[in-house]
Amino acid sequence: MNLFLQDRCLICHELIRPSISWRAMISVEKEHSICTACESKLEKIEGETCHICCRPFIYLDEKFRHGNLCNDCTRWEEDPEWQGFLDKNISLFLYNDFLKEVLAKFKYRGDYALVKVFSELMKDKLIKMEPDLFVPIPLSDERLYERGFNQAKAILLVSGFTPSEIITRIHTEKQSKKSRSERIHLPQVFKLCQDLNLKDKNIVIIDDIYTTGSTLRHAARLLKGAGAAAIQSLTIAR
Amino acid sequence: MRFTLRSQQLTPVKFPHEDSFRISQIPFIPQPLLNPDFPYNKDLQQLLTGKQLLLEDIPFPLNEIHTHYENGYITYRSGIQYKGKKPCCGRCGNKDPQWFSAYPCKRCGETCLYCRHCIMMGRISECTPLLGWNGPVPDTALPQKIMAWEGRLSEGQQVASDHVVNAIQQNKEHLVWAVCGAGKTEVLFAGIQDALADQKRICIATPRTDVVLELTPRLKAAFPEITIASLYGGSEDRHLFAPLTIATTHQLLRFYHAFDAIILDEVDAFPFTVEESLQYAAIQARKPNSAMIYLTATPNQKWQRECRTGKRAFTTIPARFHRHPLPVPEFIWCGNWQKQLHKNKLPPSILKWIKDRTVSNKQALLFFPHIPLMEKALPIVRGLALDTEAVHAEDPVRKEKVQKMRAKEIPLLLTTTILERGVTFPNIDVAVVGAEDDIFTESALVQIAGRAGRSKDHPGGIVTFFHYGKTEEMLKAKKQIVGMNREGIRKGLID
Repeated sequence: MNLFLQDRCLICHELIRPSISWRAMISVEKEHSICTACESKLEKIEGETCHICCRPFIYLDEKFRHGNLCNDCTRWEEDPEWQGFLDKNISLFLYNDFLKEVLAKFKYRGDYALVKVFSELMKDKLIKMEPDLFVPIPLSDERLYERGFNQAKAILLVSGFTPSEIITRIHTEKQSKKSRSERIHLPQVFKLCQDLNLKDKNIVIIDDIYTTGSTLRHAARLLKGAGAAAIQSLTIAR
Repeated sequence: MRFTLRSQQLTPVKFPHEDSFRISQIPFIPQPLLNPDFPYNKDLQQLLTGKQLLLEDIPFPLNEIHTHYENGYITYRSGIQYKGKKPCCGRCGNKDPQWFSAYPCKRCGETCLYCRHCIMMGRISECTPLLGWNGPVPDTALPQKIMAWEGRLSEGQQVASDHVVNAIQQNKEHLVWAVCGAGKTEVLFAGIQDALADQKRICIATPRTDVVLELTPRLKAAFPEITIASLYGGSEDRHLFAPLTIATTHQLLRFYHAFDAIILDEVDAFPFTVEESLQYAAIQARKPNSAMIYLTATPNQKWQRECRTGKRAFTTIPARFHRHPLPVPEFIWCGNWQKQLHKNKLPPSILKWIKDRTVSNKQALLFFPHIPLMEKALPIVRGLALDTEAVHAEDPVRKEKVQKMRAKEIPLLLTTTILERGVTFPNIDVAVVGAEDDIFTESALVQIAGRAGRSKDHPGGIVTFFHYGKTEEMLKAKKQIVGMNREGIRKGLID
């Protein structure tokens, strides 16, 4: 390590000023990957949230809330074709304009290093979730070549977990160009790699963003169909 | 991506296999000889001449692009180059290890180092080729009459204009040091006309998108039959080949040995002097034998010294086109204004200044060093002038507020240094609150003072620096303004 090389914020590249305090001198402080200014622009999801999708209730009109669930999850769970596949989603941050920019740079510009901004927190959550398998949402071959890496797999690798790439994508069209109903009423978009027996397996699916939840539910349905016992998901943004 | 290297030719391979390389691993990239009989694609020629682009930037299939390479029309360069063991980005010139990172790359199947510095223009990694054009340059048919502008130059402008023409003809460097409001743009017209007539390719580059947007219509009016490409982040002219290009300095990163003359406007403005990579971009974008014209109202200390000692060719335009002197700033000590602000007060001298403007109904700009202090002052100023607004760089409605100020719907506008240059309001007074702050450098203060007295109907205007202790920068700024006025009088450019 170069002593003269000061840490710089991964997002804004400003110097990170080390905090001078007794605690900092006595204990080994965690390495900071971003500055306090950028950190303050990330809004952690806290307080009461929808029990399935992690949507915070404070920003939600009462009429879209049904007990412990938000309107969207209620609709999913009322649909006999979809109920019970996704047990729980956890998301770290609100998908605000700042995070939108950060994730766009990570994913579309391909700035792999930005994954380190989230890897520590993702790691903590993943440890708590205690799954048997960590499954990243896959990209199509075409998209993977274009981007150079899969963002969900990057999250797992940099957080120190081994991804189980057991599902692949059938469709290639971009998700973000489709409406909610188009996304939900798609035929299966994923397929299992081989005939896997996932009996009693506890699985966490990883993605970068939870938007309508349809991607994750499609994957969850497939995995439960192969015998998985519980499906949770973890995303950076919601 | 990877290439195989056989019989002095590169061939791209889609899937990694042994015997293939990343372009950064090939020390000498062979360049096939130009095949004059090859029917090259004219659209590719238009797009690539003088550029350095990624494959993703080129909307043509890879095999067509590669056929052009095989026939000598396209060049491949390595995106990441190594100087010894140290990586250097071939596009932006970044060498700082903290601006590089690495990732497991699907395209080459290896851990791939990439440049984070210019990533917003598309990722350049060790397996990324930069593409250029090696074939003939597109023909440009010149109109009968190149320039439609028929205005007259002031004496001061005329001298500078002649020097610009000369420098472009002789491929030299020249600095035009023109006071704010001297009419810099017109000074360029003769040089541009001359260069266009010689089939030269010219670029006006500036750090700020606002300036590109402002210059484009003026140049289109002056050269109505010349194709002009206007380039900034997200602009539509990206693929346009043009003899005259107006671009942000950032966009220069996409050019390589393209221009016979580059005119760099506002050389001192952020981020050009700050960012080495943009210096690098300007050097890469010009042809090895080419002219460089620098335009500024406020050259930095180093350049001023070089001018004084005769090491730099330059011309000053010490007076405004309306032949009135520049308003000289007055210094007023205002005590510990920050402390006052924390008690939700403003020093009496500043309050009086504001009251005077509201009584006489004169618009004014008030500059603040930092956003939080400005926002603290806003309600106090509003107590004196109700419709006062405040703007800063990240203000989403910045443009609207500036527009309202122009329409005289706002009496006072509080601002950070974001409005220090580029904006013109015809009849205003200007004050700086806390002129001692580090952010107010000599050049910032000269630019700020230059906002007053711009129009020929209102050539006066009061400039006041409220301070809590004079700084060297304040003194230098005043000295520069006084010196320019003196030179203007001596040269008979001020009535």
